[in-house]
Amino acid sequence: MRLLNRRPGQQFSLILAVLPFLLVGLVYLQASNARLEVNPNDKLLPSPSQMAEAMHRMAFEEDRRTGQYLLWADTAASLQRLAMGVGVAALIGLGVGITIGLVPIASATLGPFVAVVSMVPPLAVLPILFIAFGLGELAKVVLIALGITPFLIRDIAFRVGELPRELLVKAQTLGASTLQIALRVVLPQMLPRLLSGLRLALGPAWLFLIAAEAIASTEGLGYRIFLVRRFLAMDVILPYVAWITLLAFLMDTALAALSRRLYPWAYVR
Amino acid sequence: MIVVEGLWKSYGDRSVLERLNLTIREGEFVTLVGASGCGKTTFLRILLGDERPTKGRLTLDGRPLRPEPGPDRGVVFQRYSVFPHLTVLQNAMLGLEFQSGGPLGRLRGRAWQEARARASALLAEVGLAHVADAWPSALSGGMQQRLALAQALVLEPRLLLLDEPFGALDPGIRIDMHQLISKLWHATGMTVVMVTHDLGEAFKLGTRVLTFDKVRHDRQAPERYGATITYDLRGRARPLLPA
Ligand SMILES: Nc1ncnc2c1ncn2[C@@H]1O[C@H](COP(=O)(O)OP(=O)(O)OP(=O)(O)O)[C@@H](O)[C@H]1O
Ligand SMILES: [Mg+2]
Repeated sequence: MRLLNRRPGQQFSLILAVLPFLLVGLVYLQASNARLEVNPNDKLLPSPSQMAEAMHRMAFEEDRRTGQYLLWADTAASLQRLAMGVGVAALIGLGVGITIGLVPIASATLGPFVAVVSMVPPLAVLPILFIAFGLGELAKVVLIALGITPFLIRDIAFRVGELPRELLVKAQTLGASTLQIALRVVLPQMLPRLLSGLRLALGPAWLFLIAAEAIASTEGLGYRIFLVRRFLAMDVILPYVAWITLLAFLMDTALAALSRRLYPWAYVR
Repeated sequence: MIVVEGLWKSYGDRSVLERLNLTIREGEFVTLVGASGCGKTTFLRILLGDERPTKGRLTLDGRPLRPEPGPDRGVVFQRYSVFPHLTVLQNAMLGLEFQSGGPLGRLRGRAWQEARARASALLAEVGLAHVADAWPSALSGGMQQRLALAQALVLEPRLLLLDEPFGALDPGIRIDMHQLISKLWHATGMTVVMVTHDLGEAFKLGTRVLTFDKVRHDRQAPERYGATITYDLRGRARPLLPA
């Protein structure tokens, strides 16, 4: 049988999925063991127990300086920034995207502008944001929003353009105004598209969050990683990276599940 | 009454329709047939207001046709005629909600209940009462077209435009749909213009059958000349009003 026709069963799929993780873990353990054997004080590849110890400290012991449980404080700070940045981007992306996609005059006015703005590397304007908005929360939220809004606008505008023209004509023969069409025909059909766009945008959103936190912050997951880097504290950095990855993965899964739950019509068949 | 006088339509160098003259009386069931690509859909879209003629005049009851689609003209396409994000009932109600639901296009309370009752009655008439709460994508092709008809008829348009509405359906289902459209046409007295590829269907349903074809040919540039009405025949359907 051809390779492209061979489908793994459910159990076999699970085994196959776990395999790469297992492999990376084993390679790491090997390397870590080897280094620690030579030098027990080596910090580069900490053992699992060292990492567990460090994380226990971060998660369940009060920090002596601030009195906070650092892992949770960092997580809360980062998630709040992420949520605000992504939320603002989603609202603007939806509103402007639908307007550009539906109204030719708006698309003639804003289309080229958005196309150019989306080429501005967000990290290059980060210094401007810090100068304009100070080193506080606002600059970080703005960076995330600025970083992913152009993508969301263009994604939604493109999706609106993909709607069958028949549907827009049909709505007009039912007497709908432009606003009514936007609200009752286009917007609801764009919501599942927005959620899938957000799933794609989450990666860049995390990137911008961590970059902003690394440069100017007093808490946050990205801040912590860059702070402890000075002490070569791989026992904190590695679990933090794993934690961030887990959070991002859960968000992606949650968005997918939410979309299926809220918009079943988009998934029939 | 629709009057078309000296209508031409071309896209750039490509002529699609030329020298079209036609009068459609109130309550006629006109079917359009012709080779693929000869401009039937284009003509229907001009009647709909979704496309403008390059030359010529088009009047509805003596007034120029509004250059954009509106609630006086209903339409059913071969595909994409119903809204996938609304249930069957919501699809059927949508016209009423646009009509009297204000800028947001939403009815509430009594008005909503009345609209639902009207839409439900219409759904019963096209045989979809039992799937009122289903998503359109869960319906068969024939049922989707029934829904598209119900949805188009809720505002009681005086002119109904159909572009190969049954083109994608099985022969058996088509016959059911023929009965349905005839019944609706008799019940409402509206004018119907229908494009079809099926000659039998055209003569069976129409009071009048128009054939589109090119009368002028240019061997070097086949796109130079457009199609026009070559035959204007009597269909087998009995006219609504004695002429
Ligand atoms: N927007 C457009 N721009 C350019 N050419 C067009 C456009 N719309 C239609 N045409 C051309 O006009 C001609 C007539 O198209 P039309 O869709 O009206 O044909 P039709 O008779 O409906 O064909 P069919 O039976 O296949 O549906 C075709 O050659 C088509 O390529
Ligand atoms: Mg056609």
